[in-house]
Amino acid sequence: MSKLVPVPSGSMVPERDAGKHPILECVDLGITFGGLKAVEDFNIMIGPTEISGLIGPNGAGKTTVFNLLTKVYQPTRGTILLDGRDTHGMNTMQVSRAGIARTFQNIRLFNNLSVEDNVKVAMDANMKYSMWSGIFRLPRYWQEERSARERALELLSLFSMEKLAGVKAGSLPYGAQRRLEIVRALATHPSLLLLDEPAAGMNPSETAELMENIRKVRDTLQIAILLIEHDMNLVMNICEGICVLNFGRIIAKGTPAEIQSNPAVIEAYLGKQG
Amino acid sequence: MTMVNHLINGLSLGSVYAIIALGYTMVYGIAKMLNFAHGDVIMVGAYICFYAVNQYQLPPVLGILAAVLVCTALGVVVERLAYKPLRAASSLAVLITAIGVSYFLQNAALLLWSANPKVFPLFFTSTRINEAGERVVVRNLEIGPLSVSYVAVVTVAACIVIMLALTWFTGRTKLGKAMRACSEDKGAAQLMGIDVDATISVTFAIGSGLAAIAGVLLCNMYQNLVPTTGSMPGIKAFTAAVFGGIGSIPGAFLGGMLLGILEIFAKAYISTQLSDAVVFSALIIVLLVKPTGLLGRPVREKV
Amino acid sequence: MKSKTALPGVPLMNKVTCVLVIAAYAVLQFMQTRGMLSASLRGMLVPICAYVVMAVSLNLTVGILGELSLGHAGFMSVGAFTGTAAAMALQDLIPLAPVRLALAMILAAAFAGAAGFLIGIPVLRLNGDYLAIVTLAFGEIIKAVVNNLYVGIDSAGIHMSLLNDNTHLLPGGKLLIQGPMGIGGIQKISTFTAGFVLVLLTLVIIFNLVSSRAGRAIMSIRDNRIAAESVGVNVVKYKMMAFVTSAAMAGAAGALFAMNYSTIVANKFDFNLSILVLVFVVLGGLGNLLGSVIAAAALTILPEALRQFYDYRMLVYAIVLILVMLITNSPAVKALYGRRFSGKEEA
Repeated sequence: MSKLVPVPSGSMVPERDAGKHPILECVDLGITFGGLKAVEDFNIMIGPTEISGLIGPNGAGKTTVFNLLTKVYQPTRGTILLDGRDTHGMNTMQVSRAGIARTFQNIRLFNNLSVEDNVKVAMDANMKYSMWSGIFRLPRYWQEERSARERALELLSLFSMEKLAGVKAGSLPYGAQRRLEIVRALATHPSLLLLDEPAAGMNPSETAELMENIRKVRDTLQIAILLIEHDMNLVMNICEGICVLNFGRIIAKGTPAEIQSNPAVIEAYLGKQG
Repeated sequence: MTMVNHLINGLSLGSVYAIIALGYTMVYGIAKMLNFAHGDVIMVGAYICFYAVNQYQLPPVLGILAAVLVCTALGVVVERLAYKPLRAASSLAVLITAIGVSYFLQNAALLLWSANPKVFPLFFTSTRINEAGERVVVRNLEIGPLSVSYVAVVTVAACIVIMLALTWFTGRTKLGKAMRACSEDKGAAQLMGIDVDATISVTFAIGSGLAAIAGVLLCNMYQNLVPTTGSMPGIKAFTAAVFGGIGSIPGAFLGGMLLGILEIFAKAYISTQLSDAVVFSALIIVLLVKPTGLLGRPVREKV
Repeated sequence: MKSKTALPGVPLMNKVTCVLVIAAYAVLQFMQTRGMLSASLRGMLVPICAYVVMAVSLNLTVGILGELSLGHAGFMSVGAFTGTAAAMALQDLIPLAPVRLALAMILAAAFAGAAGFLIGIPVLRLNGDYLAIVTLAFGEIIKAVVNNLYVGIDSAGIHMSLLNDNTHLLPGGKLLIQGPMGIGGIQKISTFTAGFVLVLLTLVIIFNLVSSRAGRAIMSIRDNRIAAESVGVNVVKYKMMAFVTSAAMAGAAGALFAMNYSTIVANKFDFNLSILVLVFVVLGGLGNLLGSVIAAAALTILPEALRQFYDYRMLVYAIVLILVMLITNSPAVKALYGRRFSGKEEA
């Protein structure tokens, strides 16, 4: 685990990412739902190969941050820079094509499609053959479909799911559905992967395997990962930087060790002590 | 003066749309479904009233009462049999079922009452003695240069009374509050001890009862009753409900009035044959420009 | 390297469907030449093909895209009128009937597809119930407009007017579309073989579309729109693709249908027809094309075969529609067939 170093804006990124452009930078990000400030003054910076965590009590606004980053909700204020590029005015599809992929807290798979097709759908933005090539089965169709299949199986094998390629996604067991969501997200060629409670509902051995897989994804694909998680063991083990959210505001940022001893964080989770 | 007359006709037709739209909007608000068959309940109500008055010689008031009772029961039964089992189903499945119910009612009416148009009796008239000393039926109230039909006056008045009553009901009574709670969150309402199924039944009952009244008023205006009488007004009333903001009682009232006026003016100044096209174009424009309607609230999809 | 083995081949169901359609054509054609078909059945061969194409194409929108369209008859109407008018205008230019018919169907598909595109721009921004009601509205608008449309052709070109016949044709000109009177004096150039070719073409196009990237994307929108957007699927583009393809096929079906009769009027293509086609789709199974073919053919023949029950036909359809929805959505049936009735198991 690398240690965090400050970058010019005052935030911290892992040492190996110092000197590189951050992949994600949020400045004063906020959204208001009919007068309620769901997220406010959200500032964060993530290095290009950093694994970071977004934690906080239920209702703190963590998933809302994900929805802002992916433009499921349009932010009411602030800026999101993805690899230095302002995502202002982009919609969900454009953000995905720009490099942010995500999973969902309540799994959202294409239940009636096969596992393989779920992954291939995510490659659609990078495929080029036309509707006519598809209808008339022109050579381009065969070429691109073949390479899509190869890549889909390759990605599935990262999570040891290649044998399930032909199974309908809706009939997969729960843990496999969560893994498929990650594979599908990776198929979009992201530079930043957002995982919304990836370990929810998993037993300890599944969680341990998941931790390994998250590290493996970062190491093989060299991408940044931001995850929301309630399993503190997982967060403290794999995250290099952690950001704690409470009532829509960041109350602490730092390394796992710093967060664990931060009095504001302890208070947010356990209430005021003595 | 023709302009004012058109306006009055528009308000009167709009009142019918508004009464139907009130039923639509309540059902949509609570069951989150487009009850396509709502328009056909109008037609059933009109037939019941027609037979009660013409065949069984009941006074119009009892005819209307019979129509309301039958339609209320019909609404509840349809909800129980066809819609309740589909509460967890996709909206596509529910909509197709509702279309099925609509078709069922129309074709059952066709078999029961035949396709021959029935001439609906006039309820709202006065009589006077003409120069020859005969009693003649008068349909219109003459106010100076204006000639307003009695049915128009009754319709507008009925609509306003119904709207106010519904506003009071949903705002002040226990049952009305239960309805609003169910339309917000059925699960939470159930946890608070509200009988969700019963509340939905009551909503269908009220909506269908209103449809019966609308049917009688509509047939008093156009006097032509066939098994498909309800389908177009039904769709237009849905348009009105969307126009005003679906789920909103004042919205349904406002939407109905505006749509009625639009339709009458389109008929008068554009073309009778194309008036429906004008009304539907209005629906499309409203849905595109302000999908939540004039008085509706924005809805946010949960992710 | 042209190895296609790395890809899943043509799905078995698609092959079975095409083989069954070809077999049905061969048998019926054989019976027809031997005079083994009754006059009423012979007269129904072309309409059956048209209804099959209507059902299969509507299934693309309802079953595969997952959006309810209640105005499919409107596209059929556009195709019927443009196709027939084109065939009449080209009568002297192209004496060969099959060529004229093919050209008319292509034009019909193009016009209906264009109508689908124009309507799609506003419609496809909506979802669910609102989308359904707007397609209904457009179906009614198309009917009202065609009902009041006058189109004529003379040496100076094509003349159009709305509401009243203001085409002012030169001598020798021909009034093709006559408002509520529709088109009269149509040459009946539609044949069973042409209908069969159209059915097969429609099936192959939709099958291939569905098993390409477009089909995957369209089905992903049906299964979860937000997830589809979040993996970069262009939702608007693919919804439009499905909607326009569906409309174009309905247009071709309309041309085929119209040129089987000597007159057609706009009121023939009303809301009831849209619902009838929807019944075929629902009964055959959402997303199941073979089901649509069988349902459309069977439900067109059956009422004729059971003439004495003719009055009850629509009532029975309504009950069937409700029952199919209640049964396929009952928890017990769902548990039996998996999470969604994909339709495959019924065929």
